[in-house]
Amino acid sequence: MSKIATQNIHLYYRDFHALKGITMAIESHSVTALIGPSGCGKSTYLRLFNRMNDLIEGVRIEGEVLIDGIDIYKIKKQEIDPLRRNVGMVFQKPNPFPKSIFENVAYGLRVNGITNRQFIEEKVEQSLQQAALWNEVKDKLKKSAFDLSGGQQQRLCIARALAIEPSIILMDEPASALDPISTGKIEDLIFELKNDYTIIIVTHNMQQAGRVSDNTAFFYMGDLIEFGTTKKIFTSPAKQETENYISGRFG
Amino acid sequence: MEFPKKADRLKRLTQNIIFWMARGLSYGIVVILLLILFFIVRQGIEVISWEFLTTSPREGMTKGGIFPAIVGTFYLVMGSMLFAVPIGVMAGIYVHEYAKAGPVKRLIRIMTDNLAGVPSIIFGLFGMALFVNQLNFGTSILAGSLTLGLMALPIVIRTTEEALIAVADHYRHASLALGATRWYTIHKVVLPIAMPNILTGLILAVGRVSGETAPILFTVAAYFLPRLPSGILDQCMALPYHLYVISTSGTQIEAARPMAYGTALVLIVIVMIVNLSAAGLRHYLSKKVKMN
Repeated sequence: MSKIATQNIHLYYRDFHALKGITMAIESHSVTALIGPSGCGKSTYLRLFNRMNDLIEGVRIEGEVLIDGIDIYKIKKQEIDPLRRNVGMVFQKPNPFPKSIFENVAYGLRVNGITNRQFIEEKVEQSLQQAALWNEVKDKLKKSAFDLSGGQQQRLCIARALAIEPSIILMDEPASALDPISTGKIEDLIFELKNDYTIIIVTHNMQQAGRVSDNTAFFYMGDLIEFGTTKKIFTSPAKQETENYISGRFG
Repeated sequence: MEFPKKADRLKRLTQNIIFWMARGLSYGIVVILLLILFFIVRQGIEVISWEFLTTSPREGMTKGGIFPAIVGTFYLVMGSMLFAVPIGVMAGIYVHEYAKAGPVKRLIRIMTDNLAGVPSIIFGLFGMALFVNQLNFGTSILAGSLTLGLMALPIVIRTTEEALIAVADHYRHASLALGATRWYTIHKVVLPIAMPNILTGLILAVGRVSGETAPILFTVAAYFLPRLPSGILDQCMALPYHLYVISTSGTQIEAARPMAYGTALVLIVIVMIVNLSAAGLRHYLSKKVKMN
């Protein structure tokens, strides 16, 4: 069974048909890159999996979204919060809370009602280490998260997502606001995290998709044009549109 | 390419004229405020004394002090805020964080704005009809506080809403994406960020309430009381009403004139202290909740 699968998913923003029947299956412990020009639906597709599209008024969804075999659009309302704990998200712009570095990572634990101070401290350290940030911040955990650089903030946001032990991590252009060195660190991190998590990443950066992902899905105007191993998509795409996009002829 | 120099000069001239007009008018506002202050201070400063601030009026309010009115205003402000703050903040949170766009939300918005535009004397009449008579609170601190609270309500709702609007959505999304409920998100992330702005709004509401005369006219204010109120069902004196009374309906209006200016000075100083403390608190809190 695939970790994640969508069956003929349609999504509408009021009258706008944003996703036009997407069927796709994603394997556990893989990195899947979603690529395509702006407005093609890739971010919308990503936000299906933690139901963040629900926050937008006027959204209507048809079809099935299965995670571990369960249709996450058929669950009860009070099961959405547990779903989001299982499906972590890293946003385009680093968005730490205006709290200390420590409290940012501890936030998700506190959300889940964990109060054991020792456990929280251990988990915060472990998450920061996983996010390759521990060595840079271990002496200033009480400092504001805003004192960190943009790249550090983004790794902090990754640590924050990791702390509650999700099994899936969604990344919405996580490096688009960062400089090349920070971007490299994030990419290394994604490579590491693949061992423990299933990762879906939206990116505008073709080289990035090529470097970090196992599989790549090309979206265009709400359609899934092509989905396959990254190697195949980048070396011998089946569709002309895919080749045009990857070779930089449009988009 | 050559641009005509003349057009450039004209544009710069226009810009300068507009700029100097804007500058002149903004300085004008400061000057007007200073003139009012200067006038009140000059007229009122001579009666200000320890006795004036700490004793009751004597001899047909031409002598003595205004202590009961200061205390009364303090009670009314506290009472009205006790009522308006929880309800107003909750309503603001509901309207911005929970209510879905639609007729209900629009209705609440329109009603809030209209409530803010209702003349204060109407609040006074309504307060008398509802709290004093219907609910049988009598002319009392309770009735007056509730009336003033009703008046402050739209200000509190509006500022709360504005403060929440100013909190960037990505904070909410980050919290929700971690599996937090809406209320947890509001309580732990949104409100701490919005707090400086909410508090500023609340303190401005205090400033407004402490200076109102009409809403307390029929609901609480006493012409003259020799004693301080002993409970919330007692009447009390209040600064704005006291000022009104000794300026218009005493037996010796001329003799009471210095007392009136003294009262005005105390009232304006209290309101200014409240407003300045709002600015200070806002500065302190926005430093504490560091934003980038």
